[in-house]
This record gives sequence, structure tokens and C-alpha cells, in this order.
Amino acid sequence: MPECVKTMSQAEREIHLMTAQQQTTQTQVVNRAKELLADGTVARVLGWKAGELPYAPQPAYFEKEEDLEEFVYNGFCGANLSKYMIEASKLDGKTLVCLKPCDTYSFRQLMKEHRVDREKAYIIGVGCKGKLDIEKIKAQGIKGIQSIQGAERTDDADTLTIQTLYGERTCAYADVMLERCHVCKGKEHMIFDELIGESRDTKDRDRFAQVKEIEAMTPGERFAFFQKELSRCIRCNACRNVCPACSCRKCVFDSSQFDSAQKANADPFEEKMFHIIRAFHVAGRCTDCGECSRVCPQGIPLHLFNRKFIKDINEFYGEYQAGADLEPRGPLTSYVFEDVEPGIVAERG
Amino acid sequence: MYKIAKKDLPALFRRIAAGKELYLPLENGGQVNFGVWDEGGSVSLDTLKTVKSPKDAFFPQSETLYTCRRDGKNLSVDPEALQEQEFVLFGVKACDVRGFEILDQVFLADPVDTFYEARRAHATIVSLACHEPEETCFCNVFDIDCAAPAGDVASWSIGETLYWKPLTQKGEALTEAVKDLLAQAQEEPVESEKNSIRAIVEKLPYSHLSLEGWGGGALEEAFDSPLWEELYKPCLACGTCTFVCPTCQCYDIKDYDTGHGVQRYRCWDSCMYSDFTMMAHGNNRTSQMQRFRQRFMHKLVYFPANNDGIYSCVGCGRCVEKCPSALHIVKVIKTFAEASKSKHTGGEQP
Amino acid sequence: MSIEAKEEFRPKIVAFCCNWCSYAGADLAGSSRLSYPADVKIIRVPCSCRVNPMFILRAFEKGADGVIICGCHPGDCHYTTGNFYARRRMTLLFSMLDFIGVESGRTRVEWVSAAEGVKFSATMNEFVEKIRSLGKNVRLEDLRCQNV
Repeated sequence: MPECVKTMSQAEREIHLMTAQQQTTQTQVVNRAKELLADGTVARVLGWKAGELPYAPQPAYFEKEEDLEEFVYNGFCGANLSKYMIEASKLDGKTLVCLKPCDTYSFRQLMKEHRVDREKAYIIGVGCKGKLDIEKIKAQGIKGIQSIQGAERTDDADTLTIQTLYGERTCAYADVMLERCHVCKGKEHMIFDELIGESRDTKDRDRFAQVKEIEAMTPGERFAFFQKELSRCIRCNACRNVCPACSCRKCVFDSSQFDSAQKANADPFEEKMFHIIRAFHVAGRCTDCGECSRVCPQGIPLHLFNRKFIKDINEFYGEYQAGADLEPRGPLTSYVFEDVEPGIVAERG
Repeated sequence: MYKIAKKDLPALFRRIAAGKELYLPLENGGQVNFGVWDEGGSVSLDTLKTVKSPKDAFFPQSETLYTCRRDGKNLSVDPEALQEQEFVLFGVKACDVRGFEILDQVFLADPVDTFYEARRAHATIVSLACHEPEETCFCNVFDIDCAAPAGDVASWSIGETLYWKPLTQKGEALTEAVKDLLAQAQEEPVESEKNSIRAIVEKLPYSHLSLEGWGGGALEEAFDSPLWEELYKPCLACGTCTFVCPTCQCYDIKDYDTGHGVQRYRCWDSCMYSDFTMMAHGNNRTSQMQRFRQRFMHKLVYFPANNDGIYSCVGCGRCVEKCPSALHIVKVIKTFAEASKSKHTGGEQP
Repeated sequence: MSIEAKEEFRPKIVAFCCNWCSYAGADLAGSSRLSYPADVKIIRVPCSCRVNPMFILRAFEKGADGVIICGCHPGDCHYTTGNFYARRRMTLLFSMLDFIGVESGRTRVEWVSAAEGVKFSATMNEFVEKIRSLGKNVRLEDLRCQNV
């Protein structure tokens, strides 16, 4: 049962919902945020701001009511704002933060690790009906994008209409969703102070299908697969920096004492080392939010590493979803006497 | 002016690759980057922007400078050989060609970077006009004409034909080597293609971006602006913008212990990183705001101040496309422009 | 010819041994005059749990052909629970190495107590043999470390 702090009475809630039905989630969040800023409940709002391009909203802080005119919430707001809460927890006053259902797992996991301060957050659980991947839209040959209609998904509008310099194009919403939305964790928020907007479970794929496919390959094929994917890595560290679980104050790959430091990209080994260690360090804490794959400029399916660890953890130590509870111990910080021996890997073949 | 049917391009590539190394945009796992052509590679000339710029060809992400080896009590130092192999860069866009010129300002100025110089001397650049510019492009802001790219040979991809025009001596030499594959062509189709490209460029959203207020003279005002404090906030401090950029030229030099010696190598560095320009006394930029400011100040103020007013941005739009936080040079330029406009109109009010 | 060819490959093995059990086990193997190949280089660690996944990757990077971690038997850890954590970590790490195509035989965990000199020597002999059959590690090696 998700932790829920009800700030409104039941009647207030119903009225709120009734009037809200005609409004988009965006307008509702803005209105509510204005109220909370005005009455001093929160000192700032952490959400998304209209970006330079119609498909690129930007994570942003809003401190004044009038700034909220720029607030935007639509299908392109994929960014998981939980990580920004680490810094926001150090600021004075409460921060209103908009979290989608899957973002709340990250927030809870961070709470568990004492990296965010629950008291400093006022969480609006925003509805999510699947987020869009601009790379997939562009991969359909859509270029010169001027405007996009339908990025706010509704039950009767499941198509994006895109005006481009080269004519109007359309594409089905579900075809251009982020990979993580196809393996959606569900529409329930794990933690919130109030909820705004409806969510939809967009899961239509087996979360581990890709991992299983790779496992079925021969070692040589697996090696070739990862060699090919990782050869594109440019060591920009976007995957690490965006990851809510990667919250070390100083990363080992930033250490000047360490001779395989972050930015060399000198040998294929380095990329493997970086990505294995990155995924290993968040194993058991990774909520599978998919931000690493979303931000990778080279389109490397980085989530495969994390998901392999999750799949193994599920198989060896029982089903586990990071951020689903507040149990202090995770799979790598606990044990039972009967745990499998590492030899199982070789035995499995 | 020459032309070649696109279906004959593999023959052209084969011919070029027979004598020289050929770099062109290759697709790998859905992403297109410059790479060495071989028979099996999937060439993607239709891709407007490669993920990384082709600056790797002259300034690789990582390169060994010299190697020290220990053999008993003897120590040997072997400098890395300079580039001797001739190579061709095929399908470089106008913005990236300008990018090389900006790198030249840095690496060919005294003291000359010999590694870079050797690569530059052995390269022939075949540029390609941008058939369909995109919303992230703003090269014309820096007076780059993507319809008529510079380089040793300029080319245009029109329908099923590639038009080919040598521009320099090197370009003439390359043309001579592949002449039997090319046919004579009229200028008209290229002229009408140029016009249509320029018409599209006019309609691009950032085409009329104003650089007013930037340049070498803007040092103090821009540096002290309170806007940076607001702008940098969504920055993740990753190096995506710097590593996809055709003009970012900062590097780090490090030693790698191979167990039997030391390799001194140089690799791209990013001003977004916390250990950028780390010195014995520590780091002179201690906050992310300062690091963030550095990147844009360098491109729009410091570089023009030291290089006759040339901005070290070419408007390729890669950072616009790739920044995970939608935070990029256009955003910075526009935010500054808006602030100065509102200050201006505010001042005029009675 | 075939003998020569076999002799050419001397695998490099790194063995991380816990100070309290396995390192003492190796000592016992020595004082009992039990032999194991000189290809095994022992690195003493305070506990098997001290072994960071990075140690293992770094060993491979620098040219190791196989890495073995030896610790106290589960339940016998000098620090009570260290090897339990090590066990989970290594299981996941080995599985990941297998996943990216590194032969699974190149990594191993063995529990060796201070009284098990025989087991230590047998394990090392067996492991070296296994690595010999797998050949040189090329999939996790940093090319810069090749001595050519």
C-alpha cells in the first residue's frame, strides 16, 4: 500500500476532481502549484518547462507563480526528477516535485538510502500514459519538426500529428514510446502527497525478453553483440549522471588516482569496465527507470545490463523491485545461509 | 561539374579505398557515425547529422603520444608515428568543414600540433550539401552556407545522382583518380538544389538567431550575468554536448600504466567534468555553474576574443539534439537575448 | 610440436585469498609440500568480501587469464558475515561476465579453510588446468597491456 498523505478532505477532493476532469493534467498541476506557492506550503516547484523545441521540455525549478506559465507536462516529459531532489533536499523549504508513477520508485529508493529528505518534498503524483521517445519518431524518417499535436495522450487521441518542414506526418503514439513504457511498472504511485491526472499501464512486452534473447546466444555471439553496442560509447557519462541510483558524491571513474579514468575511451576494455561497474554498483538499487537508455546519445541499450542484474536477483534471491518498499535491506545487503554458490553460473552453461 | 549515379557509389568508394583510407558515415545499431569504409559497411549518406562530428579524423577521442618501455635498467621512449597514410573524408557537411577550420585555429597555431597537422595534410575532404536541413540546424547564423559547402570537393545529392565539384588542388587530384567513374554534368540541377536548400534554411526556427551582445567584447557583462545561475540548473554535468561538438577541442593528457611501461595518451576532455583543468592546487572552477558557463563563454566570448571574432560554434545543432536536459547553446543565446530585450524595453518606459 | 605448443601458454592466474582461512590454507599446502602451479599469483585480502568487482576486472585488464576468489566457508567468516555478501556479489558479477560473453570458467569462487591445504592445492591445479583449456583471455584484456 503506497504511503499517502491526504491533504484534502474527501469532499474537497471530489470537487477538485470534478472540475478537474475538463482540464488537462498540466493545467491542474499549475493551478495546484500556484496555490501551494501562494500559501507558502512549498518554496519552489520542480517540474518541466517548455523547451526550445516542441519535443524537448526541460527539467526546471519555478519559484514564482508567474513563472509557472512556462510549466509544461506532456508525453515528452520523460525525465525522472527524483535525482534533482537530492540537491533540492539541501535547499531551504519544501520543494513541490512532480513524479510519474515510475519516478516514485526512484524517490523511494533514494529515501531508503537517506539521499533525499521526505520532509523537504511535496510530491504531486502526476498521471502518465506512456512517454515518448523522440529518437523513435526521428527513426521513422520524420525530420524538420515544427510542431507536434497529440503529445498529451487522451483516450480518444492515440496518434501524434507532426507538422514538419517537409509536410505533415502522423505516427501511432504506442509505436514511438520509450522502451521503458513498454515494460511499464504500473500506474500506481509508490509515494505521493496528492495525485493529479490519470495514468495508464502501457505494458505490452515481457520485461526480460531481450535479456533472455541474449542469454540464448553463444558466448561468442554475446561478446560480439556487446562489443558492437559498446563500441559506440563516447564516455560522456550521461547514463551515470542521470541515474537516480548513481548518487555517490565522488565517482570512482572521476578519481584522478585511478588510471582507467572516465574519459579516455582508449580501449574497448574500458567501456566494458565502465558499464559493468556502473550497472553493478546500482544492482539491487536500480528501479529500472530506464533513464540511462533514454539519455544515451549513441542509443546504446544500457538498460540491458541493469535488467540482467534484476533478472538474476529475481531468480537467485527472490522477486525484488527496488523502491517498492522501505525495507532497509536490499538483495546485495542481505543474505541467507542457503544462497546459491557463484559456481551456478558455470553450471548453467 | 561532374556527376555519378548513386547506384555506382559503391564502385566509387571501392576505387577511393583502393589507394587511400576512406572515412564516411556508417550505420551501426541505428546510429550513424564516421568510420572506415569496407565492403560490408552500411553507408548512410542520407543522414543529416552523424552523432559524433567527424573531428575524430583529425583529433581522435583518444590517441597515444608516446610509449615508455622498461627493459631491465634501460628505459626507451618511442614517440608515436605521425600520419602518413592518405585518407579521404566523404560526406562531411558544411558546418563540420567549418569545424575543421576552427580546430585549425587552435592546433595549427604556434606551437603547431604535429599529430593534427600530419592528419590534416594527408586528408582530402569531400563535403556534401545538406539536402534537407532540420529544425536543430542554425549554421547560417555563423555565415555557413549548407547549400554550398567548402572542402576539397563539394558534392550534392539530388534524386538518384550525386553531383561532384572539385574545389582545390587536392580535390582535382582525387577527381582525376576517379574520373572514369564520373560523367560531365550541367550546373543547373545543382543551382536549383542550392536555391531549394536556402529556401528551407530561411524557414528553420533558429535561422534568425541573433548573436548580438556576444563576441570578444562581451567578457565582463556576460561573465557576471545572473542568468547563468538559472540556466545551469538542469545540467547533468555529463559530457554529451562537448563530445558530439565539432569544435570542442579541450583535451587531457594522462599516463596509462601498462604493467611493463607507460603510455602517455591524450583524450578529449569536457569542461562539464569535475576534474577538468585539475591542477596541483586543485580546480579553478569548483561549481557546476562555473563549468557550465565556461563552455558557452569559450564558444561565444573567449574564442572570438582570441581569433578575430570567429565564434567557435558552427550551428550544427548536435548539442541541441543530444542534450539529455534540453539545455544547449541556442537556449543560452535566446535567454540572454530575451533578458537584454526586457532590460531594454524596461529602461525605455517613462 | 604439440607439446611445445602446449608449453607456450602459461596462464596467468590471480587468486584473491582471505587472510584468515584460504591464505592460511595456502600456507598449509606449502608446508605440507603439496604442489600447485607457479602460475597462480596470490593476493592476500582481509576477507573475501573485500574483493571489489573492479579488482577482478582490473586483473583481467592487466592480462590475467583467470581469477579465483578463496574465502572461509560460509558461516566461518572471521567477520561473521563477509563471505555471505561476497557470495552474492560474485554470483551476480560472474553472471554478468558470462552475459557479455566472457567464458564462465575464467572466474571461480572456492571456500577453503585454514586446515584445507589439500583442497587448496587441488583447487588451484584444477583451475589452472581449466584456464589452460580455455586458452588466453582475449575478451577482457586491455590491448595496451600487451607486451609486444
